[in-house]
Amino acid sequence: MPGLARRRTPSPQWLLLLPALALLTVILLVPLGRSFSQSFGDTGWTLEHYKTLFTDGVTLTVLLRTAMTAAIVTVIALLLGYPYAYLMTRAGPRLRGIMMVVVLVPFWTSVMARNFAWIIILQRNGPVDSFFQLFGLNVVLYESVAGVTVAMSQVLLPFMVLPLFSALSGIDRKLLLAARGLGSHPVVAFWRIYWPLSRGGVVSGLILVFTLSLGFYVTPALVGSPQQSLVAQLLGQRTTQLLDFEGASALGMLVLIVTLVLVAWANRIGGTISAIGVAASAPTKGRP
Amino acid sequence: MRTRTRGVDPIPWWLKLTAVAVGLYFILPTLFVIPMSFSSASTFQFPPRGFSLRLYENFFTNPAWLDALGNSVIVAVLAASLATLVGTTAALGLHNLRGRLARYVRTLLMISMVTPAIVIAVAIYISFLQWQLVGTFPGYVLAHAAIGVPFVLVSVTSALGGFDPKLLRASSSLGATPLRTFLTVTMPLIRRGIVTGAVFAFVTSFDEVVIALFLRAPTLETLPVKMYNSVTVEIDPTIAASSSVVVTAVTSICLVLQFVGSRKKTAGS
Repeated sequence: MPGLARRRTPSPQWLLLLPALALLTVILLVPLGRSFSQSFGDTGWTLEHYKTLFTDGVTLTVLLRTAMTAAIVTVIALLLGYPYAYLMTRAGPRLRGIMMVVVLVPFWTSVMARNFAWIIILQRNGPVDSFFQLFGLNVVLYESVAGVTVAMSQVLLPFMVLPLFSALSGIDRKLLLAARGLGSHPVVAFWRIYWPLSRGGVVSGLILVFTLSLGFYVTPALVGSPQQSLVAQLLGQRTTQLLDFEGASALGMLVLIVTLVLVAWANRIGGTISAIGVAASAPTKGRP
Repeated sequence: MRTRTRGVDPIPWWLKLTAVAVGLYFILPTLFVIPMSFSSASTFQFPPRGFSLRLYENFFTNPAWLDALGNSVIVAVLAASLATLVGTTAALGLHNLRGRLARYVRTLLMISMVTPAIVIAVAIYISFLQWQLVGTFPGYVLAHAAIGVPFVLVSVTSALGGFDPKLLRASSSLGATPLRTFLTVTMPLIRRGIVTGAVFAFVTSFDEVVIALFLRAPTLETLPVKMYNSVTVEIDPTIAASSSVVVTAVTSICLVLQFVGSRKKTAGS
């Protein structure tokens, strides 16, 4: 620790870290580490459990369905989040404050209350179904992947809007005015100037939403259909019902590794995780 | 392009409309939970039939719901206290530490924020089975404290951001012990960060359902687990009252926190 040599009392400061490190090591790292070693078999060393994931016919289908759902949720979040984040940068301080509070509402809404509400909204003869019945259509999204997508997009949208907002508020709008002044069509000006400048925020938002979608457990379990489960349900089922701890560990490690790789990538692009943390703990914080 | 003539840089109407629709989408579930809680029907139908306080009455008198509520409060208070204690000390320890090791420690402490809850839940379940912590208060508290630490760490760290280390040196050169310095200099300056972190840790535990589903025992389950069962097993509309109580409580806590925070901020600047 060369940087510490200059400090007069380096050791007490490191001692302060011990309680947190002890707690997280015992409660998170040790179980995750045991899970990691278990995924290679309880006795001896084997890749059998990982191979089974891709050959048992079920897991791969579920993994593909999960990735597909995550991709759709991500695209929806971008399409809805971009205009919202853009208008946040254009709104006055008061309106922007309100818009920020609204973005954070999904964070506050209790997980179970939110999923219960989606069951009500999407169920047969529920509000959505009744609305479409006016046009002679039957739209029951409850117990379908489509319903899960709608419910997941709502709660993941903040993770798109927040990085986008921070990227968009850094763009100098005079560039757009200059382009228009030089005779460029608004769409062209947007596409050639604004969009490229916002790409950092877009990419971190995309990665973040996609990554978080992969681990959803409660929403697919409650709003989705048991016949079309996503990977988190499969993981839960293998653990508590089949008691296949080694197989579950292998699947869990696969999900964890994919997640961490994506998060590291997003972090490299824009320090997203800390940005989200700060936004979540200081809700009214406007422009940095 | 009629809009172009109206201002230098107008916002198209369809963009405003989209933003309003997205704003509604954010608050949609909340809009449905509250009216459902006054239903007099024994199913989940919407719009609710009749108006009654029957569901609230059941929530606040039925021992099964009250027990779950009590368990959740106890677990959340203990988990938040533990997370605040170790999270605040860790934030103080990490403050001003640079270098690779400090960065690794910070990443390690934040890891539960990015690890899918289901992966944590499965790993904890398998280990806790062996350590006989499944279905016990210590099990819930330790697991929830671990996932609460990052929230405390983030908010205390950001409170420490504007903290001038010269104050510490001044204090100790005037003869104060480190503990006295902490209580009289550091603590008042970062108190808001600590309170924010503690509230987030509390809410995180109070609302946590994935890990709790794996740690549950028939004799000990938290409110979110009870709510989960009321949808999957029992079809008990009391969940509507429970939801609206939880949503109202959490929203009030967050609004109070925000109100106090923004008032302080304007007063300071």
